[in-house]
Amino acid sequence: MQSLNTQSSTYNDTVVRQFSIMAVVWGVVGMLVGVIIAAQLVWPELNLGLPWTSFGRLRPLHTNAVIFAFGGCTLFATSYYVVQRTCQVRLFGGKLAAFTFWGWQLVILAAAVSLPLGYTQGKEYAELEWPIDILIAVVWVAYAIVFFGTIGRRKVKHIYVANWFFGAFILAVALLHIVNSAASPASFMKSYSAYAGVQDAMVQWWYGHNAVGFFLTAGFLGIMYYFVPKQAERPVYSYSLSIVHFWALIFTYMWAGPHHLHYTALPDWTQSLGMIFSLILLAPSWGGMINGMMTMSGAWHKLRTDPILRFMIVSLSFYGMSTFEGPMMAIKTVNSLSHYTDWTIGHVHSGALGWVGLVSMGSIYFMVPKLFGQKQMHSMKAIELHFWLATIGIVLYISSLWISGVMEGLMWRAINADGTLTYTFVESVKAKHPYYIIRLLGGTLYLSGMLIMLWNVLKTASNGKSAFTTIPTVAAHA
Amino acid sequence: MSDFTSNFWPLFISAITLLGIFGCALLLWITAKVKVVSTSGDNTSGHVWDGNLREMNNPLPRWWVWLFVITIVFSLFYLVAYPGLGSYKGKLGWTEVNQYEKEVATANKALEPMYAKFTAMKVEDLAKNPDAKAIGERLFMNNCSQCHGSDARGSKGFPNLTDHDWIHGGSPEQINETITNGRIGMMPPMAAMVGSADDVKNVANYVLSLSGSMHDSGRAGLGKAKFAACAACHGPEGKGNQEIGAPNLTDNIWLHGAGEAAIIKRINEGKVNQMPTWKDKFTPAQIHVLTAYVWGLSNESGK
Repeated sequence: MQSLNTQSSTYNDTVVRQFSIMAVVWGVVGMLVGVIIAAQLVWPELNLGLPWTSFGRLRPLHTNAVIFAFGGCTLFATSYYVVQRTCQVRLFGGKLAAFTFWGWQLVILAAAVSLPLGYTQGKEYAELEWPIDILIAVVWVAYAIVFFGTIGRRKVKHIYVANWFFGAFILAVALLHIVNSAASPASFMKSYSAYAGVQDAMVQWWYGHNAVGFFLTAGFLGIMYYFVPKQAERPVYSYSLSIVHFWALIFTYMWAGPHHLHYTALPDWTQSLGMIFSLILLAPSWGGMINGMMTMSGAWHKLRTDPILRFMIVSLSFYGMSTFEGPMMAIKTVNSLSHYTDWTIGHVHSGALGWVGLVSMGSIYFMVPKLFGQKQMHSMKAIELHFWLATIGIVLYISSLWISGVMEGLMWRAINADGTLTYTFVESVKAKHPYYIIRLLGGTLYLSGMLIMLWNVLKTASNGKSAFTTIPTVAAHA
Repeated sequence: MSDFTSNFWPLFISAITLLGIFGCALLLWITAKVKVVSTSGDNTSGHVWDGNLREMNNPLPRWWVWLFVITIVFSLFYLVAYPGLGSYKGKLGWTEVNQYEKEVATANKALEPMYAKFTAMKVEDLAKNPDAKAIGERLFMNNCSQCHGSDARGSKGFPNLTDHDWIHGGSPEQINETITNGRIGMMPPMAAMVGSADDVKNVANYVLSLSGSMHDSGRAGLGKAKFAACAACHGPEGKGNQEIGAPNLTDNIWLHGAGEAAIIKRINEGKVNQMPTWKDKFTPAQIHVLTAYVWGLSNESGK
């Protein structure tokens, strides 16, 4: 146990350690469920004929586990790690920080139980029922207090750019979650949305797209802005670029949701706004990629020897690629082909596996040795292997779903000379079968990389012991 | 119907949209213009975090600024051409509904000559015409197979169209009517009319006896008198009535399940079954071709 004296002079890394380990554990769980449902699409018998193991219930379990358990724990871990070090002050509210860890694990367990049992609000990425929603809101407010409390008592005058993104992410997610989950409870574990019809759909996709924009983008840009310059040992490329792309990104994302509802009952004007702001979003998104990539200038040779840096840079490449693809898919004419097809699933996964996954892995590989008083990870070779398994897995995954998505979109719209559809729906399902096998293979490779990571992280942790980092005194010129 | 509840909201939406877009442009312009002066002499801002985190004062990449500008300019043009600014309709007058209507009208116009020769033909002849049959089959696969199955043999609750057992009639005119306007089959819960639970069981066995299915003949005998309640629709002999869509009970074809338990359930709970109307989706000519295809399924020789 630390004495009170050392407590005030060291960073609170206990909660960072907890979240880091659980991020890897939940990553394995969430990706395993993903592989299982990918296999169900290839072999429907794997639904086992049981309601609890059916695709419809396991799919939200997969998305919730990878986004909120794996992604969420990574964000908690990295933001707590980063905010202390860039403010050069111990985390605000020790007990409250511990509460965010245990509270968040409770949310994850409640999701893991209630989703297979069939409790759902039927809103994508917001399936969890109202009692769990309330717990999420409470934990999130505690998170905000811990984070902004730390910022508030910082010893460094300027707030580092990573913290702008973490701060925006925390505030926006609170807003999104509370507004979209507003519902009147009918009984324990059953509620009805506060909104009706197309308004409900619009609120849902305002939430849904900003879950991507703030949870999976702004938060992870915060990670990028700390760990890329740290690992590359180079300054961030451009402060001006940070400013423009930060403000433009957080403003513009808020408008982009309607592109999920093109050609629906949503009014035309709303669809148009969703489309144009999605296009305007392209440059602000790329601002983050440029700032990360160009930070490498003068340090590109490090990629040859440093697999952790490679995770981060390939992650940025996927970020750039999927943030180009996204605005393109938001254009109505493109969307009329891509919507409801596997192309969308491929797009999401180039962001999720490529951007979010790889930058998370890179930052955890960065933090874990330091958190456990080790020079480096137990096995650098294993990191190397993980990198290649993950990269090949992503490429197989997204290219197979591009092909199957575009193919199925074209099959759906193919028309005979007599005005009838050329293909029945089931023919398009049949045609996708080989691509589903390739996708399963890609997912399996990605999962096996994650298993290697779990072994490597546990080895590193057990080789060392919890380290306490002394807070350095603030340099005069800062 | 207007999308807005008052004249305030379209103005509000337009204002914040334009402010947002111009705000992005202004932010870009100001940041691109402001020359950040490095005080530290190494082209960084001079701020240091966590030992070695610094940031450089590099200007915005030119190509990136242009990319941003192009998307903004495109968006402004888009908002002039298409609906987006509140209740302003856009120069092109485009709506998703009129796009759909135009596409359908164009397609139907193009198809008119092809269908014209089919509409002139009788259903009986059309059923033998290979071209019409191929089109009918595609229409069926696209639109009907979801319920009636790709082999048209139906499933529980969805009638088999190949078996000569017609609930609402199998003449070309009746099939056409069924497709055009849809059908609602409604059997009320009859338990109260029939009597006790025991009476219901007896009637069920009598119904089974009508088609020579396995039944308890003692109960069937007792149920016969109670069948009077059913005869109003299904007829005294249980042969049904196509006028009101009451199924024939003597042919051993069971739309909602065979056996005593299934029949008891229907007597107790009744059943509402519905085929949707298709007149909004198909032209009369398409319904004519589809009618011939469906009619031909059970009248293959065209007899």
